[in-house]
Amino acid sequence: MRYYRSHVMVCTSPQCVDKGARTLMKRLQEELAAQGLADEVAVLETPHIGDCANGPEIMVYPDRVHYAGLTLEDLPSLVEEYFKKGRVVTRLLSQFRPPVDKELGPPKPKEVRVVLRNCGKIDPENIEDYIAEDGYQALAKVLTEMTPEQVIEEILASGLRGRGGAGFPTGRKWQFCRAAAGSPKYVVCNADEGDPGAFMNRRVLEGDPHSVIEGMIIAAYAIGASYGYIYCRAEYPIAVRTLREAIRQAREYGFLGQNILGTDFSFDLEVRMGAGAFVCGEETALMASIEGKRGHPRTRPPFPAVSGLWGKPTNINNVESYAVVPQIILKGSAWYASMGTATSKGTKTFALAGDVNNTGLIEVPFGITMREIIYDVGGGIKGGKGFKAVQTGGPMGGCLPAAYLDVPVDYESLTSAGSIMGSGGMVVMDEETCMVDIARFFMEFIQDESCGKCIPCRVGTRHLLEILERICAGLGKPDDIEELEHLSSLIRRSSLCGLGQGAPNPVVTTLRHFRSEYEAHIYDKRCPAKVCRALIRYEIDPAFCTGCTLCARNCPVNAISGERRQPHTINQELCTRCGICKQVCKFDAVTVS
Amino acid sequence: MANTRKTLPDPLTIPEQRTLIDRIIAENRHLPGASMVVLGELQDAIGYISFPMQKYVAQELRVPESQIYGVISFYSFFTTEPRGRHNVKFCLGTACYVSGAPKLIEKAQDVLGIGIGETTDDWQLTIEVCRCVGACSQAPVVMIDDDIYGRVTPAELPKILARYQRT
Ligand SMILES: Cc1cc2nc3c(=O)[nH]c(=O)nc-3n(C[C@H](O)[C@H](O)[C@H](O)COP(=O)(O)O)c2cc1C
Ligand code: FES
Repeated sequence: MRYYRSHVMVCTSPQCVDKGARTLMKRLQEELAAQGLADEVAVLETPHIGDCANGPEIMVYPDRVHYAGLTLEDLPSLVEEYFKKGRVVTRLLSQFRPPVDKELGPPKPKEVRVVLRNCGKIDPENIEDYIAEDGYQALAKVLTEMTPEQVIEEILASGLRGRGGAGFPTGRKWQFCRAAAGSPKYVVCNADEGDPGAFMNRRVLEGDPHSVIEGMIIAAYAIGASYGYIYCRAEYPIAVRTLREAIRQAREYGFLGQNILGTDFSFDLEVRMGAGAFVCGEETALMASIEGKRGHPRTRPPFPAVSGLWGKPTNINNVESYAVVPQIILKGSAWYASMGTATSKGTKTFALAGDVNNTGLIEVPFGITMREIIYDVGGGIKGGKGFKAVQTGGPMGGCLPAAYLDVPVDYESLTSAGSIMGSGGMVVMDEETCMVDIARFFMEFIQDESCGKCIPCRVGTRHLLEILERICAGLGKPDDIEELEHLSSLIRRSSLCGLGQGAPNPVVTTLRHFRSEYEAHIYDKRCPAKVCRALIRYEIDPAFCTGCTLCARNCPVNAISGERRQPHTINQELCTRCGICKQVCKFDAVTVS
Repeated sequence: MANTRKTLPDPLTIPEQRTLIDRIIAENRHLPGASMVVLGELQDAIGYISFPMQKYVAQELRVPESQIYGVISFYSFFTTEPRGRHNVKFCLGTACYVSGAPKLIEKAQDVLGIGIGETTDDWQLTIEVCRCVGACSQAPVVMIDDDIYGRVTPAELPKILARYQRT
């Protein structure tokens, strides 16, 4: 593959062809050759740019300059002014503006987009869009200029750590797998993204699938693998469809299959779908699932690098880990390592959700503080309410209180605060959230998803859940807190896989940072956040009630009575504390205590 | 609940579905780890995997029936009973939970008069809960078949459900 300074994409949609796109393309090539630029500027066809109504149109990469309404007479001056002298010819610019990606939007303050650079910008179903953004150039460079060892060196030097949760250095993992005996070797992409509150991987798979595919091919070359699997959760049908189409196109262009780019390296790849089991995100369970079995994890070692799929050496990485690899190869490890902190290099995507104003996907350099993320990038707490906690790392992560807002976000700091980086879910909770209820919620999730293979996780989390349910129901006992702590430490130390080992974390962190809330539930039978139904009562303040009857009409259990224009009352025996009366009241007359 | 109603004929006894089942098996049987792929496609195409179907798949793939049942009972996507025409899933992921998903579920049960995992008498709707569908920025989320409804309030839920009850 040759390196060109610019790529010109000529739209060859039927509409543009009608308007002479083919002749234009031919004449453009001739003109470039005439002015001595044929070796620097490549001219390619693309099925669609967007401004066909004003065709013919061209798009020039990497500058993303879009010209439309071109005539043959425009070409000599365009080549001279723009391609030779680098001055944009404003008179010929297209006025077309592609619709912005609603989920992602333009970068928010303090964002740095590396993994997400192409998302919402390129058409994921069109491989040429990716190629025009330097796509598959890293692959060409690796195959023609680098040995597998050099590739691994480069990834090691970049400081890239696995983005699936544990943060293991990616280069080291590749080294182990390369050194392992056995063949064939496999590369696997973990696209199971099971953490509720996380959707970073989905966006990359749907918006820039080729970056993941290219990263996997490079990994395969580095470790000497011949086949790969992308394991994608069944909840992401669009991602699966996009990936399958991208793989088909990559095969068509010779980036996958036999003798890739004319070298003697061969590699191919397929997508496998999960079936709704959270534990299948764990690497050994994931491999069992690909083998067609129940997704039970197993003990490690042996690690997958030594004995993975069908007992063969297997390298498994997260979507995001693979997606940055091509850029590290092209721009160099020094560039990547210049972002982030001493031990956590580069950028990380987070899915910001919960009670913040700007929910959505963000990408920030490591070392940014939680406060910057929530208030600068996320626009602060919804409805001007107070901040209470931020939950990171998914169900095995933890909740951090306001005191931790200024710690830098990197692997080590989050771990020492008691939480984990995880895959990047970040759920912000305002002051109306009950932390005991949140701990109960996570335990319910874990209990549901525990695969049942080991007893500490299967039975232990059941016990934790029962205690938490009791506390929320107002039946907490004085030694419940000690019991929770004791059980947590047992489960953490004796579970088989990361699911059980991390399962007590939400309980442990909420106990550590919000202990007084547990105490209020247990000793005072009070829920300070007014969430736990058994511990609250709704009442109507006669001073504000106008007797409009709205609440009485909306009450699902007819617990509210009163004459029209007279203050109403709630029958506490009948009330189920659903909160609908408070929602519908126009006069703020319903109070909770 | 399904058992209070007249039972539907098994997909294996319906010629078109039988052809479909055979095609799915034939297309995927050569793959390493074929059982997951075959079962996934069957669930997608037929909507559930009945016990006679499990037996048939085991025979065809030459694996023990227990292994097929083991896989089906492990993963929450597989069901062994027919569901309603439309599948209503309430997300109970973290973001949806803190944004009021429990209130939505309560409302749905009230309106439809069925519990989680149950199907309406006219075979139109089945309601279920699921974990994070990856649309957290629009929480709380209800997924009906492949459509995603975001920022749903209990008040507007009946209208959304009604759209699927008629068709
Ligand atoms: C219960 C559990 C769930 C996990 N879920 C995921 C997941 O959804 N996505 C992921 O990439 N890694 C997940 N992991 C981590 C993987 O086991 C593994 O460490 C990771 O895929 C390695 O890739 P990396 O080195 O690129 O991070 C999970 C781990 C555990 C214990
Ligand atoms: S938590 Fe409901 S979509 Fe993610």
